[in-house]
Amino acid sequence: MSFWESFNKGKWNQSVDVRDFIQLNYTPYTGDESFLEEITPKTKSLWDKAETMIKDEIQTGKVDIDTSKFSSINGYNPGYLDKENEIITGFQTDAPLKRIVNPYGGYKMVHDSLDAYGFKMDDGLEETFNAFRKTHNQGVFDAYTDEMLSARSAGLLTGLPDAYGRGRIIGDYRRIALYGTDFLKAQKKKDKQDLHHNNADMKTIQIREDISEQIRALDEMKEMAATYGYDISKPAKNAKEAVQFLYFGYLAAIKENNGAAMSLGRNTAFLDIYIQRDLDNNVIDEKMAQEIIDQFVIKLRMARHLRTPDYNELFAGDPNWVTESIGGMSEDGRSQVTKTAFRFLHTLTTLSPAPEPNMTVLWAEDLPEGFKKYCSKMSIDTGSIQYENDDLMRPVYGDDYAIACCVSAMRVGKEMQFFGARTNLGKALLYAINGGVDEMNRAKDGSLLKLVNGIDKIEDEILDYDVVMKNYDKVVQYLAKLYVNTMNTIHYMHDKYAYEKGQMALHDSQVHRYMAFGVAGISIVADSFSAMKYAKVRPVRDENGIAVDFEIEGDFPKYGNDDDRVDQIAVDIVKHFSAELKKTPVYRESEHTLSVLTITSNVVYGKKTGSTPDGRKKGEPFAPGANPMHGRDENGALASLNSVAKLPYCDVCQDGISNTFSIMPAALGKTEDQRITNLAGILDGYFAQGAFHLNVNVLDRELLVDAMNNPEKYPTLTIRVSGYAVHFNRLTQEQKMEVINRTFHKSA
Amino acid sequence: MNGRLHSIETMGLLDGPGIRTIFFLQGCPLRCAYCHNPDSQSMFSKKHITSDEVLSTAKKYKSYYKRTGGGITFSGGEPLLQGEFLLESLKLLKSEGFNTAVDTSGYGDSKYFDQILKYTDTVLLDIKHFDAEGYKSLTQRPITGFYRFLSHLENYQGKLWIRHVMVPGITDNDEAVLKLFNNVRHLSDIIEKIEILPYHKLGLEKYEQLEIDYPLEGVDEMDKQKAKDFEIKMMNMLNEEKTSKRKDII
Repeated sequence: MSFWESFNKGKWNQSVDVRDFIQLNYTPYTGDESFLEEITPKTKSLWDKAETMIKDEIQTGKVDIDTSKFSSINGYNPGYLDKENEIITGFQTDAPLKRIVNPYGGYKMVHDSLDAYGFKMDDGLEETFNAFRKTHNQGVFDAYTDEMLSARSAGLLTGLPDAYGRGRIIGDYRRIALYGTDFLKAQKKKDKQDLHHNNADMKTIQIREDISEQIRALDEMKEMAATYGYDISKPAKNAKEAVQFLYFGYLAAIKENNGAAMSLGRNTAFLDIYIQRDLDNNVIDEKMAQEIIDQFVIKLRMARHLRTPDYNELFAGDPNWVTESIGGMSEDGRSQVTKTAFRFLHTLTTLSPAPEPNMTVLWAEDLPEGFKKYCSKMSIDTGSIQYENDDLMRPVYGDDYAIACCVSAMRVGKEMQFFGARTNLGKALLYAINGGVDEMNRAKDGSLLKLVNGIDKIEDEILDYDVVMKNYDKVVQYLAKLYVNTMNTIHYMHDKYAYEKGQMALHDSQVHRYMAFGVAGISIVADSFSAMKYAKVRPVRDENGIAVDFEIEGDFPKYGNDDDRVDQIAVDIVKHFSAELKKTPVYRESEHTLSVLTITSNVVYGKKTGSTPDGRKKGEPFAPGANPMHGRDENGALASLNSVAKLPYCDVCQDGISNTFSIMPAALGKTEDQRITNLAGILDGYFAQGAFHLNVNVLDRELLVDAMNNPEKYPTLTIRVSGYAVHFNRLTQEQKMEVINRTFHKSA
Repeated sequence: MNGRLHSIETMGLLDGPGIRTIFFLQGCPLRCAYCHNPDSQSMFSKKHITSDEVLSTAKKYKSYYKRTGGGITFSGGEPLLQGEFLLESLKLLKSEGFNTAVDTSGYGDSKYFDQILKYTDTVLLDIKHFDAEGYKSLTQRPITGFYRFLSHLENYQGKLWIRHVMVPGITDNDEAVLKLFNNVRHLSDIIEKIEILPYHKLGLEKYEQLEIDYPLEGVDEMDKQKAKDFEIKMMNMLNEEKTSKRKDII
């Protein structure tokens, strides 16, 4: 069969337009999961081998690293796990789980990582690289100002991608399957040609160089695939090839880059078209269809990057955010749920529950009932799914967007994001009280560290809401500007020294860019202002006049109880911060966006932040993402959800609002059927209010305590933390305690 | 008008059909030995709520009720004790199309009963004990109050869920289960569900906080599976009764 045979034709035949292909060819599925098949013996045998290796790596803490070369798309010999049983092939290096050394983001990270695992680069490589090649990290530090450096070291701006790859870019990996690299290359050449008459200004020079790099990357991908015996210069001819070609695209991305989040896109409806064609032609049966997806997912679960132990501690294991966006609706009202959406989620059963790929269901009110129930069931059984509101995103991004990392939406192949970590609003609030002086850090000579100038220290016995708010506004004004300028510096240098040519080759040449800022500590700041407004907050000051603790007299409304008096404060805080960010222009004419997301770093933020006026003590963790503080949501889960749902998405927190929800199975209903219906009902109700995201954990606190004490009993226990899932065992002791102390919703 | 409120649970998934907002009203005339919310017994209340506030709260959670057939449940304490407030709230809710439920032991001012029942879609009726002596010793109150409410249920048009808390050594035997069922056998047409709730000690802490003695000191928790078995027995009795009634009609 020729590659495009029996597909409905359209615009997609003339130019790169994957969405058009999907819309003209996919088959929505409205049934339930009863058609699904079990794992084949062949795949089972492969998965057993893979799982043994994965578990072994976790247990021993030992990793393998290829120290003979530096990262590139086609620099490694082909690798296999069990060639005979592998239907989908390809590893980052010549052996599964062997890690790549990627020095372009920064050499210090490489050095520290190698050192931590007892490795050294092969003779001469390190010296040569450092003698002749500058890195992203060096570029950034050449251009950082003193203010940026202070904000960074005080923990006011944290997680900045200035020492390794920025990630959060999704290549449209489907393009390789649908078009082959020849077609894509021709398109790129044409795009470059179209710039022929432009003046050679900065913008044009940069894009011309970008496109040339991209063309080179397409050649490298073709060569890399050839080492595995595939010719990807032409489109895929069948389902197996479609998955394989798409995976080669992704593989090129994770060979070339080591960004924190290397997400996969939105592929199930696309792949379903190929699978359905093969099923219709009796080339494969359902068992084989599942096998192709199972094997694909096995490969995704074996993607690895070389990180420092510190990094792994921060993120609990080494997540890659291989986020796959599943479901959602098309603009014409058809659902994008296909049988392959089910097949993808079914890998949590055929293989095992696992954190990767990061299963992200795009929830919409009109999704088919059978799919809603299946998702709900899989959440209850595996705790491995997150939900995001398609009804909210579709009007903004259309119907072919995907989620990068945890909550960042972008049109696949048409938009990208400059990832910007987050700023600590808890600290910003303390600066407002302490005259811009850091409450914990001191200068090297022991003197006070003043980060923000022009803020009057507040010396009142009782904190006055208006006075503190006025100061806080000033701090935010300063902080927002500094933050944007820091990000501009980072991304300019990243483009210059660590450009993602492979991923960008799978984008349109002219892309829309977002610059994604973030905030942590929203619940703390909202509750603190509420305490000042509705109770009496008395600072306890040290000998330097720094407020190191707060005594609170009286009760006050707390974020998480569906109480507008405090929820509105939270809304105003994010609106204000977003507006301040937008006052400073961003690199490459990007669009400013903002997320309320902490990943697992809410624990670290807490550690670096003094006591706050809401009653949180020095060093105690923040609530994750947009969650209310642990135990403060007293009116039950839906009140808590409603509070979070009030935070505005469009034009404000448009890079996502993360909420993690833990409920005890018994509280969800008496029978399995009731639990499934109720969970789907909660999701429907929550998203109908314009809420953005929900991580769902259905488990007992006792189970987690048991898992903490007896890790060997729970090798694959997976929980959702904040935009992604982790193996519970891989959390640090502090992170485990924080998860256990979160509010577990139960019925009274 | 104003009601005395203990607390609100916005995600009630067990007390009535679907996802429910539960208003726990303050004050209860009974002193059940196993009560797990002793803090809701006193007639004094710090918190109050108006029926308008009940309605506005319900509206906030409407989107959650939709797919599951959920709604609002009044529990307690004993909601029937605040008959006037309860009635006004139920009327308001029904006028806006909400599904309503009342979780009660049947104790209250009987002059409101018929009206309350008219605006209640589901009654969750808690049978404390099957006879006068046992009832009195378990709740410190005579069974007559319960019987009075039962008589008003004879013309009730809604659905009835029967509940019983089973304590080891009190009603965990076949004879007791049969007698419990006999109390409501005549209402089997409208009974949708029977639930045996195994006695647990989760409320113990509250007794310590309130510094009152725990009446069931030394009694073990009820075995969950055993309670489940008795529940199945009672459901079988109910189904037999429904079938035989149908046969009578034919």
